[in-house]
Amino acid sequence: MKKIYLHEDAIISPLGFTTTENIQAISAKKSALKLHPNSRFENNNFYAGIIDNDLLSQAFLKIGDASKYTKLEQMMILAVDGVLKNRKQTNFQQLQLIVSTTKGNIDILQSNSNFPENRVLLSELANTVKEFFGFKKKPIVISNACISGGLALAVARRFINSDRFEEAIVVGGDLVSEFVVSGFNSFQAISNEPCKPFSANRNGISLGEAAAAVFVSKNREVSKNVSLFADSSANDANHISGPSRTGEGLYKCLSIALNEARLTPSQIDYLSAHGTGTIFNDSMEAVAFTRSGLQEVPINSYKGYYGHTLGAASLLESILVKHSLLKNTLFSSKNFEVAEGENPLNIIKDHKDSNLTYAIKTSSGFGGCNLAMVFKKEEDE
Amino acid sequence: MSDLRTELKESIIEQLNLEELSVEDIENDEHLFGDGVGLDSIDALELIVLLEKDYGIKLTDPQQGKDIFVSINRMAEFIEAHRTK
Amino acid sequence: MNKQYYISNFTSIKKGAVYNAKNKIFESELELNEIDLFLKEAYNFLALSYPKFFKMDRLSKLGILASEVLLKNESLESDTAIILSNSTSSLNTDKTHQESINQIVSPSIFVYTLPNIVLGEISIKYQLQSENAFFISDTFDAELIADYTNDLLAFEKAKNAVCGWIDLKNAEYDVFLCLISEEGDVPFTQKNLEQLYYFENE
Repeated sequence: MKKIYLHEDAIISPLGFTTTENIQAISAKKSALKLHPNSRFENNNFYAGIIDNDLLSQAFLKIGDASKYTKLEQMMILAVDGVLKNRKQTNFQQLQLIVSTTKGNIDILQSNSNFPENRVLLSELANTVKEFFGFKKKPIVISNACISGGLALAVARRFINSDRFEEAIVVGGDLVSEFVVSGFNSFQAISNEPCKPFSANRNGISLGEAAAAVFVSKNREVSKNVSLFADSSANDANHISGPSRTGEGLYKCLSIALNEARLTPSQIDYLSAHGTGTIFNDSMEAVAFTRSGLQEVPINSYKGYYGHTLGAASLLESILVKHSLLKNTLFSSKNFEVAEGENPLNIIKDHKDSNLTYAIKTSSGFGGCNLAMVFKKEEDE
Repeated sequence: MSDLRTELKESIIEQLNLEELSVEDIENDEHLFGDGVGLDSIDALELIVLLEKDYGIKLTDPQQGKDIFVSINRMAEFIEAHRTK
Repeated sequence: MNKQYYISNFTSIKKGAVYNAKNKIFESELELNEIDLFLKEAYNFLALSYPKFFKMDRLSKLGILASEVLLKNESLESDTAIILSNSTSSLNTDKTHQESINQIVSPSIFVYTLPNIVLGEISIKYQLQSENAFFISDTFDAELIADYTNDLLAFEKAKNAVCGWIDLKNAEYDVFLCLISEEGDVPFTQKNLEQLYYFENE
């Protein structure tokens, strides 16, 4: 299977409404995680990365009527718009929109919503985005827990390789809704502090919301670029919410992906992990990385900057991997404090310049799903 | 068998959807997370919900669950000591 | 290397009936909206001995019932991909969770508020450790499912596949699951997939 190239991208998050703003914020070590009121929690507040509604509407008003679109739709549309306005010519007849989300417009289920219930259907959400821009092709919608965003990139690669289409815009997004806050809280999974991925003193996730979009195609277009050239997803077949203690599914993905990439672990310059900050997820990843011989590779998680952005996460973080490669910069794994004794990893503790060519992105999710993708910085040959 | 222990078994069977088990199938000192009753991590979280909903006990540290939910006997002892309902 | 793949078998569950290929193997006497009782009846009819079934939501129960009919007599390799789709995601369970938000929230309900959990349940039962994907479309998109499944097989991402549609609109269910492998009589094409989906008994 051939590679696909990641072209223009956009990130809509509490750290900014362009990729540039987001990278600048990360470089300045800022975090989207702030205290927000919520009576569900002990101090009546919790840490989360939430986009300011007024700032979002103001940004959206430049391109559309904010009253007609839900928060998530505004986020996704702004992301796609951010991609398109940097592209010269796009064929809207042929362009494939791929949408990834776990819960979509789930906030519509609340009784005080202004939007009709059918907008909660994910195909309606995708059609709303499609219609805004006037794309012709029926959108492809992926809802596969927290690997959705990255899986959407893998799906794009597979379909481009079978010539179903040549170009696609992949957009992912999810909200910090009361729906998911209450749910993760019932799992005792939300940390009372900003999450600390891979830290021995970690105690849970922080939730975040974001939308991210990227234009992908089989055409290289420019001499310096980043490609997705190997990928694999595999189910643990162990438990629907608990990750496999032996990291079975993730280990399998990594084996297949490295094999497809024809790379050995020592050739990988950087690994962007899922790293949610729960005891079990991060331990599982450490096991899988160690089994795969990747324990010396510089590793980070972006969840300390954004929180866990669910259906956006794997896509948002892949875009950050791309820029990491292009800038030759390893970003610190924010909030990492104490190294684990068991299966220790090479966690990036501070921003560092480094020559980077190959990176792996991993993701895992409820339902036992796992995904590994291998990216390459393509330079003048 | 005390009423609380029977009540607990009935609640657990209903709350955790243990459809194929009856009260007689659960021994008071049987390990709930072992092969017999076979509870898993989500069941453990549901038991925390059950403690609060039925007995008014809010676990401050979910890790306590590992000790309390070992068996019906342990659960009953804990509830008798801490219940507010 | 262009291997030929076939729809080795298929199953459907709708309107109170369960089909193994074109044969109706079970029909319920219940009212059509009695979905929970129907699911239990079908479980008993299939003599499934799988206590976890009773912890699942309706979508996962439908998936397990369908996969039991489809896969029971197969000795499947773990390299079997699962590609499913529907129109409502996990909306049925989402609404149950939403109703509980201001009272007692149940983790065992919340965990099912993702459509791909049914992929996990099938993977666990049959120990399938391969590619998964859950697509959302307003009606069964045979082209999308056939194309993606074919791609996974052609690019050797999996050796076999289970693919189809598992939809639930309130109490109305529409399940169509196929086993795709190198053995069988019906070539795996979009057209054949569509025809089997629209097959109506009698």
